[in-house]
Amino acid sequence: MSSTAINKRHIAVAVARKDLTIEWNSRILVNQVAPFAAIVMVLFAFALDNDGILERVAPGLVWLATLFSMLVVIQRSFTVESADGALDALRVAGVDMGAVFMGKAIALMVQLFVLELMLVATAVVLYGVEMTLAGFCEAIVTLVVATVGLGSVGTLYGGLAAGARGRETLLPLLLLPAVAPVLIGATRATEAAFGSGGTTVSEGWPWIGLLLVFAVLFSAVGTVAFGPLVDE
Amino acid sequence: MEHASFIFGSWGITAASVGVYAFWVIRRGRELAKHATREEMPWT
Amino acid sequence: MARQSGTGTSATRRLGILVIFMLAMLALCGLWFSAEDVVQGSTVRMMYIHVPSIWTAYIAFGLTALCSAVYLSAKNRSLAWDRVAGASGEIGVLFVAVSLVTGSMWGRLTWGTYWVWDARLTSTAFLFITYVGYLAVRQLGGTHRQRARRSSVLALLAILEIPLVHFSVTLWRSLHQEASVANPNAKVELDGLMLFSLFLGLAAFTLLFVWLVLHRQRGMMLEDGFSDRGLDVAITARRNEARA
Repeated sequence: MSSTAINKRHIAVAVARKDLTIEWNSRILVNQVAPFAAIVMVLFAFALDNDGILERVAPGLVWLATLFSMLVVIQRSFTVESADGALDALRVAGVDMGAVFMGKAIALMVQLFVLELMLVATAVVLYGVEMTLAGFCEAIVTLVVATVGLGSVGTLYGGLAAGARGRETLLPLLLLPAVAPVLIGATRATEAAFGSGGTTVSEGWPWIGLLLVFAVLFSAVGTVAFGPLVDE
Repeated sequence: MEHASFIFGSWGITAASVGVYAFWVIRRGRELAKHATREEMPWT
Repeated sequence: MARQSGTGTSATRRLGILVIFMLAMLALCGLWFSAEDVVQGSTVRMMYIHVPSIWTAYIAFGLTALCSAVYLSAKNRSLAWDRVAGASGEIGVLFVAVSLVTGSMWGRLTWGTYWVWDARLTSTAFLFITYVGYLAVRQLGGTHRQRARRSSVLALLAILEIPLVHFSVTLWRSLHQEASVANPNAKVELDGLMLFSLFLGLAAFTLLFVWLVLHRQRGMMLEDGFSDRGLDVAITARRNEARA
């Protein structure tokens, strides 16, 4: 491996470790975001008011709660940067922005994955979902692949929407349309994993394929597009 | 013509939207051009 | 001295007259002379402005993507490419919005509802939202170069997202066996004057688009020049203040 490649990997790992350490120290995810997501799940139950329907739409609710919570996590991920102008400092110092993107995206993916595990567990408890072993495996794979995609797109648009002057409101507008394919694919795959509405586990795998394409595309595109987008 | 209200309505909405936009573009151009120098308007 | 009073030239004036003439012809052919459809009756008359609207939107967004790509790849990076991309994007949003409204009205007559979750409609709605986001990003401020770079990258991201969303939505709706849902465009048999009217509409709207882009991007050039000048004025004023 060339020295630039090793360098980039170091940068990415360093950035990821930094973000995750900040999160570990502040425990925003566990203390604030997870309760928010749990409340959202409870509110869904109030709004839909029907156990049968709730179990049927549980996968969709899990992923909706994930997307809404993700907005908060992304905002936070970039607030810690803009407070001290850290991103600008990195860029001016000539650090490869693709590597920074990878680092931040990986940190975001880890946080999202933890969140999604909590949400799936909440759905099992609150909505009466029952999973077979095969379903559970499929659910885990879905979580992983979907999260890679969400982490990439989230970091990309998070970088653009970060900073001062009321840009934060731009994040939902830009991000939510872009993650629609993930919502569609992850929900269908999770339905198959949960067995909701009589879906068999095997029906979920094509959707995981869609999630995989999305994840690969936006990981690749993100490394290239992140630099130009966050340029101030 | 049946459904005349819908048909004329859709043509009307299209014409009105595009018309208002076109009007705004031209007017904005005129307002800006009032204060612009000749060099800033290379199409003249 | 013949001073230009706006963004027009004799060429755009001639173009404008041609566009008005063609649109008048379109109205005559579409609303009066052409026959009614066998299946849809007179509602087919809505097609003559709905289809050209969405067609214009696609051209507009295509031009935005193209200019964005050129801006990013060209060595000199002339801001003119960014301005055309921006003007085109603005006009595209206008025509998508119009076509969503007229399409919805058409749907009310043919399907009985103002909205159905079919793949094409849903994807079109996404197209609209995506480019509203594009316009919002263009308003973020900063230097012209920053705006240009951000929106160019965003436009290219949009070109990536739109087919992905369309594909996902199509897969999604295929689960519900939507094949039998009436598509306003599908069941119309066009012949003679009807087909001519449709092509006339496409041609007229395309020329209208060209006319709009020319004027709007010239207006943007003036706007950019002004904000530059405003900046110069502000800097000079500050300097004078410091001296005094």
